[in-house]
Parts: sequence; C-alpha cells; structure tokens
Amino acid sequence: MIRFDNVTKRYDGAREALKGVSLHVAEGELAFLTGRSGAGKSTVLKLIALIEHPTRGTVTVDGRNLGKLKDREIPGHRQQIGMVFQDNKLLDDRSAYENVALPLIINGTGQREVGRRVRAALDQVGLLDRERYPPRALSAGEQQRLGIARAIVSRPKVLIADEPTGNLDPDLALEVMTLFKRLNAVGTTMLIASHDLHLVEHFGARRITLAGGQLQGSAGGQVS
Amino acid sequence: MNPSAWLTRHAQNAIGALGTLSRNPVATALTVTVIGIALALPAALGVLVQSGRALAGGWADVRDFSVYLAPGVTLDRAEALARELRSKSLVESVRLIPADVAVAELRKDPGFADALAALESNPLPHTLVVRPRATSDGASLEQLGAEVRKAPGVDLVKLDLEWVGRLNAMLDFLRRLGLITGGLLVAAVLIVVGNTIRLDIQNRSAEIEVAKLLGATDAFVRRPFLYLGLWYGLLGGVVAMLILLMGLWALGGPISRLAGLYGSSFELGGATGSSLLAVLGGGVLAGWGGAWTAVARHLAAIQPRID
Repeated sequence: MIRFDNVTKRYDGAREALKGVSLHVAEGELAFLTGRSGAGKSTVLKLIALIEHPTRGTVTVDGRNLGKLKDREIPGHRQQIGMVFQDNKLLDDRSAYENVALPLIINGTGQREVGRRVRAALDQVGLLDRERYPPRALSAGEQQRLGIARAIVSRPKVLIADEPTGNLDPDLALEVMTLFKRLNAVGTTMLIASHDLHLVEHFGARRITLAGGQLQGSAGGQVS
Repeated sequence: MNPSAWLTRHAQNAIGALGTLSRNPVATALTVTVIGIALALPAALGVLVQSGRALAGGWADVRDFSVYLAPGVTLDRAEALARELRSKSLVESVRLIPADVAVAELRKDPGFADALAALESNPLPHTLVVRPRATSDGASLEQLGAEVRKAPGVDLVKLDLEWVGRLNAMLDFLRRLGLITGGLLVAAVLIVVGNTIRLDIQNRSAEIEVAKLLGATDAFVRRPFLYLGLWYGLLGGVVAMLILLMGLWALGGPISRLAGLYGSSFELGGATGSSLLAVLGGGVLAGWGGAWTAVARHLAAIQPRID
C-alpha cells in the first residue's frame, strides 16, 4: 500500500532528511515509524501526503507513483489519506461536528450522507455526545480522538499519524493507540510516527526505525 | 460532486460570507461605505456628463449655420435647395425661413417696425438654417459650408466653427474626465476590497492550511473569499446608489434655480434604472475582481505543514 524506493530528501540548504530509504507497508497493516527527533519520521509522512516531494527515489501509495501526479491531482490524493497530527489541527471556531465534517465537505459528499458519516465517526471515537462542543471545550484526549474521527470519516484506505500521543499522558496515549488498533482491525492501512518506544512495543506491531535519515531496521515485519 | 451538493456548497459559501461580514459590523460598515463613496463619485460624474450632453443638445443651435439666398431667388428654388441639403449625410435638419415670414417676425420688434414700414419691398432673402449632425467635426463642417457656398442661388453662408470647436472640446474633456476618474476610483475599490480580503486570508490562514492538508482544491479554498468580495461590492453598490439618489435629490433643486437665474433651463438628470444597475454591477465586478486579485496573490503563500 505504501512503498518507498531508495528515497532521498534534501531540504533547501540543509542536510539530507532522508537518505536512500526503502520501505513497504502492506495493505491493512499497522506499522509504527520510530526514531529520535530529527530522524526523518515527519519527512516520511510529508512525502506520503505530498507536502514535500522526494529529491530522489519513488514514493508509491495505493499503486500510484506520487512523483507522476500533476499539481491539480494532489488535493484528490490527500482526500484518499487520513491524517492525524500531534497538534490536532482542529478549528476552534467550529464545533466537533463541523471539524469532522470538513473532509466530507471538501470531497463534495451530499449533506445527508455527511450527517450520517460524521455521527458514525464520532460514535467510533466515543464523542457522539460532544458533537456541538468546540474543540477547546474538550479534554486533550478527546481532542486527539476528534482528530482521529476527522481522519477516518472519509473512510481512507491509508491513515498516517504524526506523534498522535505526543501531548497526552500515558493513560490517554494508551486509549488513543487502542483506538488506532481497533480501526486497523477493519482494514485501514496505518503508519504511525511515534518516539514512544514503550507504547509502540505494547502493541506488538511492526516497527520501522529511522536514525539520521536512514533506515535502521524493522521489527515484527520485513523491510523491502 | 453532484449538482445539488455543488449548489448547496455555493449557497453555504455565500451565506457564510454574509455571516463573516455580519460578525464584524463596524469594520464591514466602514469598508462598504468607502466602496460606496468610491463608486458614487464616478456615477455622479456620469450623471453630470449625461446632463451636460442634454444641455449640449439644447445648445445644438450653436452648431447651426445660416444660408442666405440671393435676392430674387424664388421660394421653389429655396425649397429645392433645402431638400438637397437634407439629403447630405452630415446634415441633421434644414429649416427654411421664407423672406415674408422673416420680415413678419422682424416687424414684431418695435425697433424695426418703423424702418420696415418705410421700405417699398421686403429687403430680406429666403434663409436656410442648417443643423449639422452632432458627430460632425470642424473639417467636415468647413467642407460642407464650402459646398453650400457653391450651390446656385446662395449669396452668403454664415458658419461659426469656433463655437463648434469649443463645444466639442468641452464634451471631449468631460468624457475623458469621466473615464479617468471612473478608472481611478474603480482601481481604488479593487485595492480596498483586495486589502480587506488579504487581512481576512491572514486571519483564516490556519483554517486554509487545514483545508489544504485535508485535500481542499484551490477553488474550494478560494470560493468563500470570492463571495466575500462579491458581497462587499454589492453592498458598496447599494451605498453608492443611495449616495447618488440622495445627492441628486439634494442638489437638483438648487442647481435648477441657479441655472434659471442665468436664463438656462438646465436640470440635473435623474439616475435611470440602467445607470443604477450599472453602479450595482460595477460594484459586484469590482468587489469580485478585488477578491480574486487578493486570493490569487496570497493563497499560494499558505501551504500545509506537518511540524
């Protein structure tokens, strides 16, 4: 589902954030991307979301070579991917419902279907009774779950998350990771960047480790 | 996207943009007033030019020239010459003043009545008053006058080209003044709307960034701001219409009285339905154009990030 072939990324005037990385996340797999700060985890996610383009190498998502996508095809590609961020990126002037509805409004889903799917997503993350609340009225854990509801509402084949438990205490982090595991069980491919090795090991999923922009290895799965 | 969802989205954007305006009533009122004033000024100048043209129409006689026929030319010949002149493309109309009608008019003037009574015969010739078309320029009028002079039976052609030149120059000046002022003030509206939208884009940069991250197209991101510009322009147009109507109402009477004191029947023309529609349409176009310019310049600068 996600494939990196000898990918190098160099930012303007900076060192190489990724050096010849090759990795593969199979369809329906849950994999963790681990490594210290600056290891290149976020760069991998940026390349998948086409926020950045590789300097060399090929990134393929769901069989599509992202390097061959035209600029006008990038929004469509992003609509196929669910994204969860450490800082949530929720809109404080909108209700929980409106935040979750945003991806569906963007992809042109009909009004009635929006209502049905938003409530289903809120129900999945246990926030159905909070749909009218603005994000600031929710706890940190609830805000992260709201971010997850927004990421899954359009039923993406791929979900990427960048340090989704970075701002949470251990109990809430465990709760959020359990939610990811549950969503993965219904077939969503997931790549979750996290530096919390203890939490990652708790779930026993494959771990792809980066260090200094290079792939260090993989535990619980294979590196292609 | 199905048509119903597309229409719903546009309606939501249009209503949402109105909501944005209503949440900042003071700032909105100030912006709309500035736009209204900027639109009202060229519109008022337009009304002034229209009234000036009407006045110029009243002054059309300054373009007229008189053709005095030689003594002894018959009325039939005078009528034939009038018909010949009417057929010329440069001529709008020809009025024949027969000699006996002219002398009868003159007799009404007490200053001339006694002198005319002393004469045995009518000293006045038949006269043709020729009105050239308003589009005629000085050179073509000169040529027309020369042709008329050569016609059989014509004694004298009295053509005052200086007046014609002055009138045309004045109308040309007014037209150009209107164009320049209109252009500058429409540019001012574009700048005002563009700057307002730029600030709005900056205030909503987080929202724009999130929308782009979630796969929003440029059109999706652009649309609310275009509706915002459209509303600014429309509301500014309404304010301009009100300023124009109130201004005409307030100045119309005094100007007519002032003109009356100088023996003129000049009146400020009223704003017609089409001119009011033009003000509204101009406002909408300028608002939308200003928004488009701002959006094109500033949206590309906001790119999604994952920190």
